[in-house]
Amino acid sequence: MRAVVTVIGKDTVGILAKVSSICAEYNANIIEVTQSVLQELFCMIMLVDISNLSVEYAKLSSSLDELGKQMDISVHAMHEDLFNSMHRI
Amino acid sequence: MLNTYDILETIRMIQDQCLDIRTITMGISLLDCIDPDIDRSCEKIYEKVTRLAQNLVKVGNDIETEYGIPIINKRISVTPIAILAAAAKGDPVKFARTLQRCAETCGVNFIGGYSALVQKGYSAGDEALIRSIPEALAVTENVCSSVNIGSTKTGINLDAVRLMGKIVKEAAERTADRECIGAAKLVVFCNAPEDNPFMAGAFHGVGEPDCMINVGVSGPGVVRAALAKYPDADITKISDIIKKTAFKITRMGQLVGTVASERLGVPFGIVDLSLAPTPAVGDSVAHILEEIGLERCGTHGTTAALALLNDAVKKGGVMASSKVGGLSGAFIPVTEDAGMIEAARCGSLLIEKLEAMTAVCSVGLDMIVVPGNTPADTIAAIIADEAAIGMVNHKTTAVRLIPAIGKKEGEELEFGGLLGSGPVMKVNANSSSKFIARGGQIPAPLQSLKN
Repeated sequence: MRAVVTVIGKDTVGILAKVSSICAEYNANIIEVTQSVLQELFCMIMLVDISNLSVEYAKLSSSLDELGKQMDISVHAMHEDLFNSMHRI
Repeated sequence: MLNTYDILETIRMIQDQCLDIRTITMGISLLDCIDPDIDRSCEKIYEKVTRLAQNLVKVGNDIETEYGIPIINKRISVTPIAILAAAAKGDPVKFARTLQRCAETCGVNFIGGYSALVQKGYSAGDEALIRSIPEALAVTENVCSSVNIGSTKTGINLDAVRLMGKIVKEAAERTADRECIGAAKLVVFCNAPEDNPFMAGAFHGVGEPDCMINVGVSGPGVVRAALAKYPDADITKISDIIKKTAFKITRMGQLVGTVASERLGVPFGIVDLSLAPTPAVGDSVAHILEEIGLERCGTHGTTAALALLNDAVKKGGVMASSKVGGLSGAFIPVTEDAGMIEAARCGSLLIEKLEAMTAVCSVGLDMIVVPGNTPADTIAAIIADEAAIGMVNHKTTAVRLIPAIGKKEGEELEFGGLLGSGPVMKVNANSSSKFIARGGQIPAPLQSLKN
């Protein structure tokens, strides 16, 4: 199972590091990363393999939410299938 | 990999435009709970419903976390209780209390099916159940009731219409201390669908399997936001944009329904292709109509804009789902839609216009607050009008009126939550009593003779 992690917000030092360290902590394998900085807005999308998570998926999701709040950015993890079903026929 | 634009679009839909799954509704057949002993029957109902739906709320919450898509309501619909009441002697309110216990145990916010189907006349149990509705809705909190009084195939049962006028009023009177909430949990249908996941009109039809999962989607905010990007598009283009948006919304409903049915081990029924508003800002069907180009919902052009919206939602949704059913269309519940509330307050939206709108969209006169002194016969006549639109046009129509006991035009009722609030609307003061008192059956229209 794979999840899409999105990070959107003001560009600050260490966003990528913090998100990936949470992924590493829970054994979520990062498969692909795309990121861009448009003007000052940082936008990163990660495709993460979560089939061998060391914790419940809800824990990963809430930790990422928490990180988002701390850094005042928006961080979300959502199941890949949601995007596939919405945007692919 | 997925396209960045697509991913961001989905996230914006959920975070900023109130996109959500409005309801996952588990339909449960109670035909095997029929028993001549009413207490025994109630025990069987409690056992079956709590067994099948014990994980409904948990699975709903799990999917919500995993997929990151809000699932607002988890609900249950059951076989029309009048069928069980026909076999069991005793006070039908016992069934309502049992359903309430089921709702509390399972943690669902509504359980629907305190219902009777009387489009061609009463069978055993029907009339007793209908007469018990006001009490049942007053002594329970989460039980919803519906009565089907007409269909294209049978015509309209005017005796039942007359009775329902009284029942609606009585349901409001018995809950006058709670904003007349009883009447907000009662729907009078013509051509009621048997697989509708939306309350208050959900029940599990006798032609349905033993247990199944139906899903209702939402997303007026998403449609409006999509339209706002094209302020100068012509109306054909507007229809296309709505279709594309509805497709995406419905795909999400299809996905959630499929996953929920797998996890619960219950067959997947249908996706109800609906635009269901809430009183929240940015979640209004009226605001879509205004985005299309009306100064205020209810003005001239509203019916045409709504017809286009309703049609485009279906066209977009139908390809996105393998099985479509329920009510499927745009909802226009007045108190549940911020734009409708404003339009009704300022006098732009009147009951007569709403009636015309129901001819081209899903459902009917929904969540409309009328003066508390409206005669029961007038309420019955409003029901008859609405049923006639459904009967002739081969569509579902429904009436959910809330007589605001002790209040008059201009005052307001405040339900809170998803039910919202709304002003008391003007009703034509001329009497319809003689028409309603005639009773009998309005014969099925020529449209019904298709064989």
